Amino acid sequence: MLQLFKFKGGVKPATNKVQSVTLPIATAPLPSRLAVPLHQSIGGTPRPIVEVGDKVLKGQKIGEADGWISAAVHAPTSGTVIEVGLYPAAHPSGLTAATVVIEPDGEDRWIDRQPVDYASLEPEAVRELLREAGVVGLGGAVFPTHGKLTASKTVPMEEMVINGAECEPYITCDDLLMRERAEEVVRGAGVFRDLLRPKKVLIGIEDNKPEAAAAMTAAIKALGEAFKEFEVVVVPTRYPAGGAKQLIRVLTGKEVPASKRSTDLGVQCFNVATAYTAWRALAHGEPVISRLVTITGNVGEPRNWEVLIGTPMDELLRIGQPKPDTDGIIMGGPMMGFLVPDTKAPVVKATNCLIAHSPTLFPPKPPEMPCIRCGECARACPHELQPFEMYWFSRAKNFGKTQEYAIFDCIECGCCSFVCPSRIPLVQYFRFAKSEIWARERESQAAEGAKNRFEFKQLREEREKAEKAEKLAKAAAAQAAKKAAEALAAANAPETTVAEPAPDAPSAADAAKRATIEAAMERAKAQRAAAQPKNVDHLPPAVEQEIAEIDARQNQAVMANAAPDGEKNS
Amino acid sequence: MEFNTSPYLLKEASVQRVMLKVLLALLPGIAAYVWLFGPAILIHLALTTITALVGEALMLKVRRRPLGLFLPDLSAVVTAWLITLTFPPLVPWWLTVTATLFAIVIAKQLYGGLGQNPFNPAMIAFAVSIVSFPALMSQWPGTDGHFSSQLQVIFGLAPRLDGLTSATPLDAMKTALMLAGDSHSTSVSSILANPEVFGLVAGRGWEWVALAYLLGGVWLIQQRVITWHMPTAFIAGMVVISGALWLWQPATYASPLFHLLSGGSMLGAFFIVTDPVTGATTPRGKLLFAAGIGLLAYLIRVFGGYPDGVAFAVLLFNICVPLIDMYTQPPVFGMKDQ
Repeated sequence: MLQLFKFKGGVKPATNKVQSVTLPIATAPLPSRLAVPLHQSIGGTPRPIVEVGDKVLKGQKIGEADGWISAAVHAPTSGTVIEVGLYPAAHPSGLTAATVVIEPDGEDRWIDRQPVDYASLEPEAVRELLREAGVVGLGGAVFPTHGKLTASKTVPMEEMVINGAECEPYITCDDLLMRERAEEVVRGAGVFRDLLRPKKVLIGIEDNKPEAAAAMTAAIKALGEAFKEFEVVVVPTRYPAGGAKQLIRVLTGKEVPASKRSTDLGVQCFNVATAYTAWRALAHGEPVISRLVTITGNVGEPRNWEVLIGTPMDELLRIGQPKPDTDGIIMGGPMMGFLVPDTKAPVVKATNCLIAHSPTLFPPKPPEMPCIRCGECARACPHELQPFEMYWFSRAKNFGKTQEYAIFDCIECGCCSFVCPSRIPLVQYFRFAKSEIWARERESQAAEGAKNRFEFKQLREEREKAEKAEKLAKAAAAQAAKKAAEALAAANAPETTVAEPAPDAPSAADAAKRATIEAAMERAKAQRAAAQPKNVDHLPPAVEQEIAEIDARQNQAVMANAAPDGEKNS
Repeated sequence: MEFNTSPYLLKEASVQRVMLKVLLALLPGIAAYVWLFGPAILIHLALTTITALVGEALMLKVRRRPLGLFLPDLSAVVTAWLITLTFPPLVPWWLTVTATLFAIVIAKQLYGGLGQNPFNPAMIAFAVSIVSFPALMSQWPGTDGHFSSQLQVIFGLAPRLDGLTSATPLDAMKTALMLAGDSHSTSVSSILANPEVFGLVAGRGWEWVALAYLLGGVWLIQQRVITWHMPTAFIAGMVVISGALWLWQPATYASPLFHLLSGGSMLGAFFIVTDPVTGATTPRGKLLFAAGIGLLAYLIRVFGGYPDGVAFAVLLFNICVPLIDMYTQPPVFGMKDQ
């Protein structure tokens, strides 16, 4: 018997699962139209490859995966594309999302399905097939599964955890899947096992699902020797035992910190429904076009249905016969789900459960009181955070502090809100703080860009200013040199002492200028000596005057040539 | 928050329920008190409860807070009861009333009301009163109280006779030891030999009230209203210091058991240091906080000038709470090895 570990915190809400497990899985009727959002997984948004008016077949790819972390999307039935555009999304924001709307033709005609023998393929080819089949984590996070099927290069793969815990109240789709389709779940887990090669495969199921555990155990036994490292482990029922990190902790004792991937600790975790769809994709060539959805809550007939992706929620809920006081639909469980803002929104790969909401089933929340720091939230937190401190700083909009208290380790499981005696919607505060931090992050990135642009502009202006000043200095130097030369020429004509440079010469280019002037004067003197003919001692004054003028002009020319040289060397 | 967001399921829990359980847990102690010291305490309980509710209501009105939301939370009643149980039962009525008003209006509401006060309001009331009226705050009844005579004393209709009131066993012990001085003419054991004052181990009557508080406190732990950390650490802190001195000089220092069962030890351990608003919140912080109070309370009551030290120890450690919390943050999930 495997030794189990405990995770701290957690709560025990009423499970409310018995209502929806009495009836077997049934196939939901074909809806009037199917709205398939392109972005149904973490990562890149698939690009639409169909246009309005195109005829599509069931399972035909309509969205091409964009990037490695992305997964293709497919037509859930045969029909005609009637719209490619924005459509209400299954998201708490109530925003619209790029969606392909298909009008079914009622024939439900499949594409040519190509089963493969994955064992004969390279691991890379298997991962590519899963990506093309749109296989993503169906436990709720919808991370593309092929992206999780590469083991760490440095850490050996110890355990693979198959998550059948299904800890959220009301939801029973994984339970029913394991009860009715255990063999395919196990075979799908076998595919993952063959890609990751862990030493052990642990299938964790909460102890409130004995039928599922028995079915899985029987399936493993029936499949024989090839699945000998598989083990079904019944874990105590305690929300959120089905959180990937919590289940890993319970089964292996390992705690995966928020900063690490589980493969860094030699463990990887998949949901049972993900394993099932992976098997269908490889062994039957069926991409992910449907999933099991629990329809429960304020309905006459709670039950699990095989539902085509893209089925409008309001239409789907009708087959559960909602009671008259139903006033909304919760997608997901009551702990982490959300009230769908627009019930026209379609079922997506992340939709595991629809709960008909009514004020009697979920009474309006009592008014919020001040925090009394009782610490119940900290005791309930499965990630061992201090929610009341994070709440305090979220409220004060001191988001830096919330990060010091590790707000991004929060998985928004809702345990803190569940236990709070002051009825503070703690998780709501944390969602708010996180979104504010993200918004500020984006803003600061934008600001960083603006700052860079501004600094570059400043740099450029300064450079231009410097260049201008340099030019001015040059001009001033030339001017000064010219003046000096003039003075020199004037002084040279009669036999007087060496002329001082003009006293009003601008001081800017002083030293360089003076050096230039002196050099020029030296050269002028030498030239003058060289140019002086020997027989000019007794020339008439008119001729002497003429010679002096020529000398002056020569001098000037020399100065003009010398000045730039002098500048260049200084 | 306006949006109706998950979780949609909530546990049955409220501040009122927490406070109600604290009040229920006090009942055994109150019953023992009445049985052993007479019903005077009930008069004060009624007076302080009404005063607390009226003071709270007025302040909520002034602060424009919803009365219907806050008045029924019972937090003011808990404060009133704790004040009453820490005060001598025969103090004049106006003292408990004033103290309660001080606690509710100044120590609680002026700081922002429920959840915002840095100091334990009941302990503020006690500290203010003992500093202002040391004589009144040191007169404790004997165990032969008659209702009518107690009533007359409380409302000032009868003189405060020496025979009616006396020092607490803690005070009596301290005084006796002090009078003996260094002469060693007396010892703890000979003082304790007077069963009229000291009962079986720690004071006639007192020990039973203390045990009744213990009973209520254990029930609070079982009900998950408080955790084991603080009471255990408080008791440990007190036992360590009193035990060490007792082992060293048993003639001069009373045993840990005497200290645990006398004065405000048990009430403090389970009902006062455990106040969530003004106490440390992390597991290690709680241990530090309460152990420090246990230790300090002993030092004040044995070496200080006041008959008991719980109130001052609590207030001093209330100041340290932000620091204690900051330095005792537990590691989050997955970060225990870091």
